Amino acid sequence: MTMEERRRAAVKEMMKIAGEIYDDLDNSRIPELEIPSRTKSNIAFDERHRVWKYGRNKSTRSAVSLPGAYMLLRTVYTIDFIKKMIEQHKSSTLREMYYISEGWSEGKFSSQGDSDRLAEDLEILTKKLREDMGLRPEEDGARVMGDLSVEEITRKGEKRRIHCQDDVGDSGYSIPYNVEREKLKIRDTNAKLVIAIETGGMFDRLVENGFDEEKNAILVHLKGQPARSTRRFIKRINEEKNLPVIVFTDGDPWSYRIFASVAYGAIKTAHISEYLATPSAEFLGITPSDILNYELPTDDLTNEDISALKSELSDPRFHDEFWESEIKLQLKMKKKSEQQALAKYGLDYVTDTYLPEKLAEKGYET
Amino acid sequence: MHSIAEGLAKNQRKISVAEFFERNKQILGFGTSTRALITSVKEAVDNALDACEEAGILPDIFVEIRETSDNEYLIIVEDNGPGIVRKQIPHVFARLLYGSRFHSLKQSRGQQGIGISAAVLYSQLTTGKPTVVTSKIGEGFPAHRCTLVIDTKKNRPEILHDEMTHWERNSGTRIELSMGGMYVRNRKQSAYGYLRSTAIVNPHAEITFIEPNGNETVFERVTDKLPSQPREIKPHPYGIELGTLIKMAKETKARKLTSFLSGEFSSISIQKAKKIIEIAELDQSFNPNKISLENAKKVANAFKKVKLMGPPTDCLSPIGEILIKRGLRKEMDTLSPEFISTDKRNPSVHSGIPFLVETGIVYGGNLPSEERVEIFRFANRVPLLYQEGDCVITKGIKNMDWRHYGLQQRSGKGIPFGPAIILVHISSVNIPFTSESKEAIANIDEIEREIQLSLRQCARKMKSHLSKKKKKVKAKNKFMLISQILPEIAKKSSEVLEKAVPSIEGVITKIMNIVWIDDGVQYVEGKIVSTISITNYKNKIQSFELYAALPDEGLLGGVNPAADEIKRGYIMWKIDGLKPAEKRELSFHMLGMEKGDFDENSLYIRGIDPVNVIGAEKWEGS
Repeated sequence: MTMEERRRAAVKEMMKIAGEIYDDLDNSRIPELEIPSRTKSNIAFDERHRVWKYGRNKSTRSAVSLPGAYMLLRTVYTIDFIKKMIEQHKSSTLREMYYISEGWSEGKFSSQGDSDRLAEDLEILTKKLREDMGLRPEEDGARVMGDLSVEEITRKGEKRRIHCQDDVGDSGYSIPYNVEREKLKIRDTNAKLVIAIETGGMFDRLVENGFDEEKNAILVHLKGQPARSTRRFIKRINEEKNLPVIVFTDGDPWSYRIFASVAYGAIKTAHISEYLATPSAEFLGITPSDILNYELPTDDLTNEDISALKSELSDPRFHDEFWESEIKLQLKMKKKSEQQALAKYGLDYVTDTYLPEKLAEKGYET
Repeated sequence: MHSIAEGLAKNQRKISVAEFFERNKQILGFGTSTRALITSVKEAVDNALDACEEAGILPDIFVEIRETSDNEYLIIVEDNGPGIVRKQIPHVFARLLYGSRFHSLKQSRGQQGIGISAAVLYSQLTTGKPTVVTSKIGEGFPAHRCTLVIDTKKNRPEILHDEMTHWERNSGTRIELSMGGMYVRNRKQSAYGYLRSTAIVNPHAEITFIEPNGNETVFERVTDKLPSQPREIKPHPYGIELGTLIKMAKETKARKLTSFLSGEFSSISIQKAKKIIEIAELDQSFNPNKISLENAKKVANAFKKVKLMGPPTDCLSPIGEILIKRGLRKEMDTLSPEFISTDKRNPSVHSGIPFLVETGIVYGGNLPSEERVEIFRFANRVPLLYQEGDCVITKGIKNMDWRHYGLQQRSGKGIPFGPAIILVHISSVNIPFTSESKEAIANIDEIEREIQLSLRQCARKMKSHLSKKKKKVKAKNKFMLISQILPEIAKKSSEVLEKAVPSIEGVITKIMNIVWIDDGVQYVEGKIVSTISITNYKNKIQSFELYAALPDEGLLGGVNPAADEIKRGYIMWKIDGLKPAEKRELSFHMLGMEKGDFDENSLYIRGIDPVNVIGAEKWEGS
């Protein structure tokens, strides 16, 4: 489907929702919308896609309560806004929509978190992506460096081929917010694997040390919790070029969640996990065992770290032998380390020793 | 029953009064220089208020504290009372233990007559300066200005100067005392705090206060009605101590035991007197002046064996719920409290002594929500500032479980925490203080029980206010939902779909499914107007009775529409055949009340399941 077609389809689905609300009112039924509960306790493993998706628990947004009624009002306002926007062939950022809602009287959002959540609710209800509704995120795309050619359609509608080493500066190729086929095609690559890196500092270190060329790796900077487009981009390389994906982060609970959102699917976006997650992605480090084995400099776990680790123990996505033993080990030693702590042994240590050793452990030739 | 000071003084006749004072200054309230200053103001103001009330004059009290040199202050207290005749001035102000009330059983502020002369003595001991008293007993009389000291060896007043002078006032008394001391402010234990507290429980008084920095505060009068004059009563046999009994017998003019007992005690008839004498195995014609210790003991024991009526209780002069509320509202104005509840108990008796408890709770507003509640204690309209921990009022508060009433309290004991102030006032013909400084009331079970009964009543009102507020918020949310949000959903969804706006009546009935009662109280042009609106959001016709509680005071001015029943305490309307979506308005107004005297309706319903109603409780009978 073209973008135009997808947008028309999204509007059609949204009109159905507005129609349900209208019909309820017209027939003296209290309007309500059912949405899967978006919590850790309501995600289940989808065998077919091998990712984590929402389970069967539903929550009802009903006009019988004030918060529910507000949610319904915002929903109809949002549908109205998106419909008109698409008719005019425009799109807006989520933040713009939040500001536009200032004019929606009682329907205005109280925070951007509210409007972002509503956009996600609409995705769930319509089974369409927010991009198809003309809504795009604020987040700027992450950076890529490696032997990979992509073909982007520019604003002027021209095709432009970009090689992610030869045609870019040291900061790499920047992933656009829309990475669908009509915008971006993944062309040639000779790389052997993709390494997704949490921090900019480590990305730049690997680039400076020439790791992408030397080991034939595509380096992707995740920029913390990765944007949808970054996750989608990684998934597409993984599927279309059949390249393995390795995730390299700090050694703390928040970093494990970054891995989980790349490999298993994030809780917030579990309705589109099959579209965003790369189930074959592997976690490389820093693991709690690495902290011990490499004698890395550490920081003490904070109370927030500890409760995040404990919460991961009850998160179904982490229910496997590897994560349970590593998380328990970390709770025991009460320490965490950053990727860049490897610099303890020199600037080249990460590329000369740590990464080759860890990749060999995972069975990759380097 | 009689004072420790009297006993002390008796045993210490041989030492000088100055030495006596020096030894006992702690228990007399002059322990520290800060406190001495407060105590002196307190004694003078208490006397001024008592004098005005006895003479039936609305008190206008003027208090000034001037710093005359480093750590030396001049205290001036002036009243518009009846004045004191020239001859009495030295005795009133410059002789310890002089006072007309010494044996009297009557609710009054100063009960022991030691107060003001102790201040005069303290002034003299710390500065060496005399006290100046000016007094005028009425229009057309000259004012007398006496400069006096206490001869500490003889405990006698000594007049240094005495002059007649002109004074603008019709009548009144002014005292000027110099003393070493320390002036503090911004806390309850200060002259300012004392006067402010005094203003709360003396709403008929106007007090002007000028502080050493020149700052003037006027604690304004909130009622022109003087408190009813307390009556003096005779001692009741149940509370009498042996010493007092002997003293009364020796001093009586009665010739016979029978007439002594029936004439000088309350609740003893001739028959009862004879019965007592019979139990004591004494002769009826026995001359009471000649009573021996042994015979007195027999009489005292016989008192306990006869069944007697309690003492009269109409001798007390309480403040009253509305006036306490007004006093609190005025003095707590800066805190903009959310709710004030007050309660007054009926008189009660301990050891033959009548007493009465009144309480108030101030809640919310700018009061700190995490701190210990502040306690305002009063005895016979006098604030008690010190020895909070030793007082039965504090004990009564500590032994209540305040968690039921929305305050925090660890393990249900101790002084509660929360945004509240608790006021307790005890009136009695004889307040059982723990010591001569009259700062703490002794631990007497009957008093504690009365305090708790009264506070529970106050706290219940506070709790019902809080739960009402919560329900109101809920009801307001629902109303917002059906009156604004739902119509907008209907409008916007019809816009999106390009269809006609759907009717939402059916959905509103389903969402509300309740009879909604909203009410408000307003003060309009001298009237307190209460309005009630009832809307049926159920899908069936409703019929029931609605009761609105009326305040105890004030006059019911009008009811619209006409009520089906008006009784003391409530109005009842029969709401008949209220159709779905129908709304009815009711109202009544009160006269003779001030703004804030009545600020919240209590509404009750009968003949409808309370779960189907928001805004009124189930009627449990009057």
